[in-house]
Amino acid sequence: MTHVSIKSLTKTYPGAPKPALDRLSLEIPSGDLTALLGPSGCGKTTTMKMIAGLLDPTSGDVTFDGRSILRDKPEKRGVVMVFQNHLLFPYMTVADNVGFGLKMRKVAKPEIDARVAEMLALVQLPDLGRRRPSELSGGQQQRVALARALIVRPNVLLLDEPLSNLDAHLRFEMRDLIRALQRDMGITTIFVTHDQEEAVVLADRVALILDGSLCQYAPADVFYKRPADEAVARFFGGHNFIPGNSTAGTFHSTLPPLRLPDDARTGSGKLTFRPESVRIGAAPENTLTTRVIDRIYLGTQTRLRLSSGDNVIEAVLSPDLVEGLQPGADIEINLPRQSLWVLE
Amino acid sequence: MHRDPLALRSFRVLTGAILIVWLVLPLVPLAIWSFARGWRFPDLLPREWSLKAWTYALSDTSGVLGSLGLTIFISVGATALSILVGVPAGRALGLYKFRGKQVVELMILAPVIVPGIAVALGIHSVFISLGLTNTVAGVMLVHLVPTLPYMVLVMAGIFANYDPAFEQQARSLGASPLQTLWHVTLPAILPGIIVGGLFAFLVSWSQYILTLLIGGGRVVTLPLLLFNFASSGRNDITGAIGMIYILPGILILLLTAKHLSGQNGAVGGFGKP
Repeated sequence: MTHVSIKSLTKTYPGAPKPALDRLSLEIPSGDLTALLGPSGCGKTTTMKMIAGLLDPTSGDVTFDGRSILRDKPEKRGVVMVFQNHLLFPYMTVADNVGFGLKMRKVAKPEIDARVAEMLALVQLPDLGRRRPSELSGGQQQRVALARALIVRPNVLLLDEPLSNLDAHLRFEMRDLIRALQRDMGITTIFVTHDQEEAVVLADRVALILDGSLCQYAPADVFYKRPADEAVARFFGGHNFIPGNSTAGTFHSTLPPLRLPDDARTGSGKLTFRPESVRIGAAPENTLTTRVIDRIYLGTQTRLRLSSGDNVIEAVLSPDLVEGLQPGADIEINLPRQSLWVLE
Repeated sequence: MHRDPLALRSFRVLTGAILIVWLVLPLVPLAIWSFARGWRFPDLLPREWSLKAWTYALSDTSGVLGSLGLTIFISVGATALSILVGVPAGRALGLYKFRGKQVVELMILAPVIVPGIAVALGIHSVFISLGLTNTVAGVMLVHLVPTLPYMVLVMAGIFANYDPAFEQQARSLGASPLQTLWHVTLPAILPGIIVGGLFAFLVSWSQYILTLLIGGGRVVTLPLLLFNFASSGRNDITGAIGMIYILPGILILLLTAKHLSGQNGAVGGFGKP
């Protein structure tokens, strides 16, 4: 169990006009599974490599349980990083790959064999020890890479895009495996991903990094319900941003006055709500009459664009609720109070 | 290969046969000479056979065995030095981009393009001031001029296909820098070291001009000794020494043939895991 603390971590590559990572600060509780989320090139992998000791930060600090680790060599940090493309050593068998970390620590051969067998069973590949990595599928290679990292019982585990190379059905299998192993072993885990869905399904908490800076660090659902700013909301698929003014629990704009949740900020700002929180029909409060601009059928969902005055509202609804609804038709919608949020 | 059409197969056999004849046929008279006692023009084979040339070549008075030992020592040394210098140089050229890289590449390749004797004359004057002329060490060092380009070229090719992230992965899993070199880097680049080292050894083994110039006639390697006997007209002894001279090359070739086949050769590395 290790509490990871990242303090003003900054990395500027030589010759680069601005930092790849700018003063990132995060407190990652012991045993937590945190996602560093952001588009490619936002500084996520840079952060991981600095924690792993594979890259020196320009400034800032990383501490494990209050002790700075920046001067420790990579092999002495108790951190294992699993790279995105697995990097299984091609000339070793699967068992030798998994046992690599123990061999480097000069653990006796019989113990290595026993722990490798145990680990391979844990990742559900008990019979593949004698194979070469090239004989495995992508999902199997991923699991071998995970076993190879976990066998040394690291204090902190770093995963680079752990689900990105996998098919849809394997992603959920892998996600469950990572979650189960991480929980059982109590390893503080940080993973990076560019995929907000991957972050949401796997992580306890998500740190959204845009352009080298931390935007928001919170449990995944907060990013949907209570985004910190418009950039965060947009990254998570938000479309509805209506400028106006928030006073005394009501939002005044070119829309009719809307009742806000108690914790909404006051003053001028932008009203936002998720497309999927829009409800069809009238309600005691926050009911709007809108006109359908167009609709897009997405299989399990239908996306509607609605106009109310000059405002365009996006709504995502179950297809059977809006069947037969044609562009130009008028419909009543309501926006549940708790689904509204005001941004600066 | 059993599926090849007959025409292609016979073409293979034919070219193979031509190649073997081309390489081996010139050696046959040499071999015959080494066992002949006189072999005059109209005769297809010598009239009398003898082991005299071999007995002499293997005796202490001829100096062949001492020269063989010296040549092996110099070539092995030059090969080891080539590996020590060529592996880091090949890594730099294969993996990294840096200012002046093309100039460095050209400089390393230059000895292959510029005649060796021109290089040797320049080096000679430098070596005189360093006291390296007429010494085994000097000869070994000057052999690096022709051996290094091959070593560096092969290693640069290996490292161009090599992913250094494997080393980071090893460090992260708990390997020290030395363990990483031994367990991760070396296995990946070993085919290149074998191929490059083989080139380096054979290039050093066949040096004549550079050895003569820097060794000043005091460092008598096998090719120098061979030339002495050849120019003195002793065809039988020349034949025997010639046989001894080509032996290591053939042995190395047989032992490492699989590395030269292209299956496992200087195109491997970590390129395709």
